[in-house]
Amino acid sequence: MTNEQIAQDLVAQFGEERIYGIVENYGLLNVTTTTETIIPLMHYLYQHPTFKFQFLTDLAGIHFPQVPSHEFGVIYHLHSLEKNVRLIIKLYVNRENIAVPTLTGLYACANWMEREAFDFYGITFSGHPKMERILNVDDMDYHPMRKEYPLEDATREDKIDALFGR
Amino acid sequence: MSDRIIKTVDAPAGLEGQGFFAGKLDDFVGLARANSLWPLPFATSCCGIEFMATAGAHYDISRFGSERMSFSARQADVLMVMGTIAKKMAPVLKQVYLQMAEPRWVISVGACACSGGIFDTYSVLQGIDRVIPVDVYVPGCPPRPEQIIDGFMQIQEIAKSEQRRRRESDEYKALLASYGIE
Repeated sequence: MTNEQIAQDLVAQFGEERIYGIVENYGLLNVTTTTETIIPLMHYLYQHPTFKFQFLTDLAGIHFPQVPSHEFGVIYHLHSLEKNVRLIIKLYVNRENIAVPTLTGLYACANWMEREAFDFYGITFSGHPKMERILNVDDMDYHPMRKEYPLEDATREDKIDALFGR
Repeated sequence: MSDRIIKTVDAPAGLEGQGFFAGKLDDFVGLARANSLWPLPFATSCCGIEFMATAGAHYDISRFGSERMSFSARQADVLMVMGTIAKKMAPVLKQVYLQMAEPRWVISVGACACSGGIFDTYSVLQGIDRVIPVDVYVPGCPPRPEQIIDGFMQIQEIAKSEQRRRRESDEYKALLASYGIE
């Protein structure tokens, strides 16, 4: 079961507009997909008789401010325990349509990982049982890991300039 | 054996006689408190590991009276905050402090507890003195056990010299009011 076979199988099943950006980094296959395809794709990979990608290793958010059409992304790391093959699936959304369907129906571990992606990037997951902040204080009104804040906040009161030789 | 340096502690000022020693109650209470401080190890990060070393046989903080670490705030004398306190943890820390009975002292061990340390970020509380009053700050990242013991000895000095019922004093009440306590 090579990366070539996986890529070809996915394109054959879902089509080229929905599975694109196929690259192989250090032996790891990356494919990019769309919000409509992601849930059917996950179920397909889960139930596939040969591939058996039944382990969700990680679910992470990401922010690329330079690319407005592909600004916020959700990266899924899948692992096939039987075949020992890993697969990365990327899903990009822009700021206006920042909702992504939830994966909690298939993988229970996606619950907290999606909450983390929401907490830090503001990516909402529709259908999530508890779409709330998980790691930050509940009354925080911004999403910290977005790359749209200055490196040093001019209004902070945490450190006094005099102590830092400014 | 003859060149061993033996340190003796002076007795507090008082009237000594055959079979009795009379002195000020405050002095004796201060001595009792200082030499039996039961810490509440609020160990969150790396400084907690240094505390574990301090509590171990080599550095042995139980020589100073803290034989029993109390994890119940009600029975603890000194709250030792060791490690990074996140903003989400701050209300918990305040709750633990409120549960402590008088007299109580607070040591802030390590750079993160004193001032947020190197973590000047959205999630770290920039010093526990933003939520609770602190008596002794022990800087370091992490401070060596000798430094933690030095800070502990300073708490002992405070405990020895403090008035017996400082909770009644105006200064203390003003301090607590500034933190929004009581």
